[in-house]
Amino acid sequence: MTTGEPGQPRTDRSPWNWLLIVPIVLPLMTFLFNSDEPRLLGFPLFYWLQLAFIGVGVVSTTIVYRMTK
Amino acid sequence: MSQHTTELVVFVVLFLVVSAMGFVAARWRRPETIESLNEWGLGGRNFGSWITWFLVGGDLYTAYTFVAVPALVFGAGAMGFFAVPYTVIIYPLVFLVLIRMWSVSHVHGFVTPADFVRARFGSPTLALLVAITGLVATMPYIALQLVGIEAVLKAMGITGHLPIIIAFAILAAYTYQSGLRAPALIAFVKDTLIYIVILAAVIYIPAKLGGWGSIFDAAKAKFDASPAPGDGITLNAANQLQYITLAFGSALALFLYPHSLTGVLASKNRNVIKRNMSALPAYSLLLGLIALLGYMAIAAGTKPVMNANGKPDANTIVPQLFNDMFPDWFTGVAYAAIGIGALVPAAIMSIAAANLFTRNIYREYINKQATDAQEAKVSKVTSLLVKVGAVLCILVLDPQFSIDLQLIGGVIILQTLPSVALGLYTRWFHKGGLMAGWAAGLAAGMWMLYLIPNPATGKAHFGGSAFPLANFGFDTKMTIYVGFVAVIVNLVVAALGTLLFRALKVADGPDATSRDDYFADEGDPKVKDLDLTGSH
Repeated sequence: MTTGEPGQPRTDRSPWNWLLIVPIVLPLMTFLFNSDEPRLLGFPLFYWLQLAFIGVGVVSTTIVYRMTK
Repeated sequence: MSQHTTELVVFVVLFLVVSAMGFVAARWRRPETIESLNEWGLGGRNFGSWITWFLVGGDLYTAYTFVAVPALVFGAGAMGFFAVPYTVIIYPLVFLVLIRMWSVSHVHGFVTPADFVRARFGSPTLALLVAITGLVATMPYIALQLVGIEAVLKAMGITGHLPIIIAFAILAAYTYQSGLRAPALIAFVKDTLIYIVILAAVIYIPAKLGGWGSIFDAAKAKFDASPAPGDGITLNAANQLQYITLAFGSALALFLYPHSLTGVLASKNRNVIKRNMSALPAYSLLLGLIALLGYMAIAAGTKPVMNANGKPDANTIVPQLFNDMFPDWFTGVAYAAIGIGALVPAAIMSIAAANLFTRNIYREYINKQATDAQEAKVSKVTSLLVKVGAVLCILVLDPQFSIDLQLIGGVIILQTLPSVALGLYTRWFHKGGLMAGWAAGLAAGMWMLYLIPNPATGKAHFGGSAFPLANFGFDTKMTIYVGFVAVIVNLVVAALGTLLFRALKVADGPDATSRDDYFADEGDPKVKDLDLTGSH
C-alpha cells in the first residue's frame, strides 16, 4: 500500500501488479503440461509441473506484496 | 463395528476436545460485548496474519473438498486435478480485488457483499438479489460438509443420522455462543491434524505401494481399460477446455461466496490480506497431494463402501484408504481431521448466511432501526436455522441432491460477479443492467445444467457442469464449464442493459462510496471512525 503524500490521492497502481498475470495464465495453458513424460520421482509431467506452478504463484504474489507494501 | 473401536474412541475424543474449544472461544480476545455483528459475525475485525490464514484456509478448503476431490480423481483421473490450477490462480486473481473490498467495507461498516452492492449502486433490490443468491448458494455448501462427516462415519461402520444430528447440534450451540471466534480457534486444530495426516499419507502410503511411479501406472492401467471416454491420467481433446474453464470459473466464484469474504473482512488491515494471498497456496499443495490419494486408492485396490441401494459411495474412498493403510489409532486421527474439517467451514458459512439475512433482509425490509444487539440476536438465531436447514437437506433429501445443488450453487454465485467484483472497480454499470444480467446469466446457467445428463447415475438432468459444445451446433466432443458461459451471458446483457437504460434515461441509484474509500487502511481516520450502526 502506497501511503501517498498529503494531497496526493492514494492508489493501488504499481507496475509490479502485472506480475500477478503470470500465475493466473500459466496454470491454464494445458498444452504446457498435458503429458505423461518426462516423469519426476515417478510423477507424470501433468502432476509435478502443476504442483510446481504453486511455487510460481507464491513467488509472484510475494514479490508484489513486498514491492507494494 | 467392533473392529473400529479404536478409531471411534480417538475420533470422539478429538471431536469433544474441539467442541470444548468452540465454547471457550467466546472468551478468546474477549470484547466488551459480543452483541454486535462486528464482534459476533466478524470476530472484532481485528485478526492478524496467522489467524486469518487458518480461518480463510479452513474456510476455502473444506471437508467436502478433502473427500470429493480425491473421489473425482479416483473415478475420472486428470479431470479431478482441476482443483489444483483452480486454487493456484485464485490468489493472484483476487489479490487487488480483496484489499479494495476490505477498505470500502471498513470505511462503511459493510458485513456482507450485498451491503457493498447496496451502497455502491444505491439499490436495495439489487442488494436483495445478491443476498438471496448468496443464501441459496451457501445452504447446499453447508449440507455438503455433512456429507464429509457422513463419509467418515460410514467408513467406521456407523449408519443412521443420529450421530450427524448430534455433531451439528454441538456445532450450532458453540457457533451461537462464540460467533466467528469459534471456527477461528478450531481452525488451528483442524489444520494441524490435516497437515499431519496428509504428510504421513504421502510418505507412508506410496512407500507401501511401491512408489509414486507404480501408483500412476496402476491408475493409467485402470483408465486405459475403462470404456469411459473422459478419463485418463492426462487430459484429452474433449475435456481440456472444460478443465481450463472449470478451474477459472471456480476461482472466480470462490471469493464471491459470502463466507470467503467473512474471513477477509475479519482481518485487521490490508497487509494481512496481501500476505495471506501469498501464504494461502500452502493449502493448494496440500490439496494437490490429497487429490492424489485417489490414485493411491486405485493402486491399493481400495473398495468404496456400498450404499443401501447397492451402489458404491465414491465419497468413502479416502476414509477407506486410510482404514486399509493406517494403524487404527492413526485412522481415528485422520477421521477426526476430516470431521473437524467439516465444522470450521460449516460454522463460517452459517455465520455468513445469517449475516446476509440480518443485514440485507431483516434490517432492510423488516426493522430499519435495528440496534447492534438486535442485529447480533437475529444473526445468532438465523445461524441456528441455517444449520437445521442443512441437516434437513441431508435427512429428507438424497445427499446426492445436495451435491447437485452445490454444483448449481457455483454457477449461480458467479452471477454476482458484475455487481460485487466489477463493482469494486467501476461504477459504469446501471443497476437495471446488472439486474438484467443477473437474471439472464442465471437463466442461461440453469438451462445448460438442465440439459446435462449423467449416464453414470442414470439422471437425465443436472448431471454435471460440463456442457457439450455440440449443443451450440459446433461439430466437436469438447465440453465447457456452464458457469463460465453463464457469466459471459451475464456480462454481455449487463453491458447492453446499461447502454439501453442510459439511452432511455432511466434513473440510476446514487453511489454512497467515494474513490478514497477503496484505499483506506488501518489507522486511517475514516476507518477509525467506523460507524458501526451504519447509516449508508
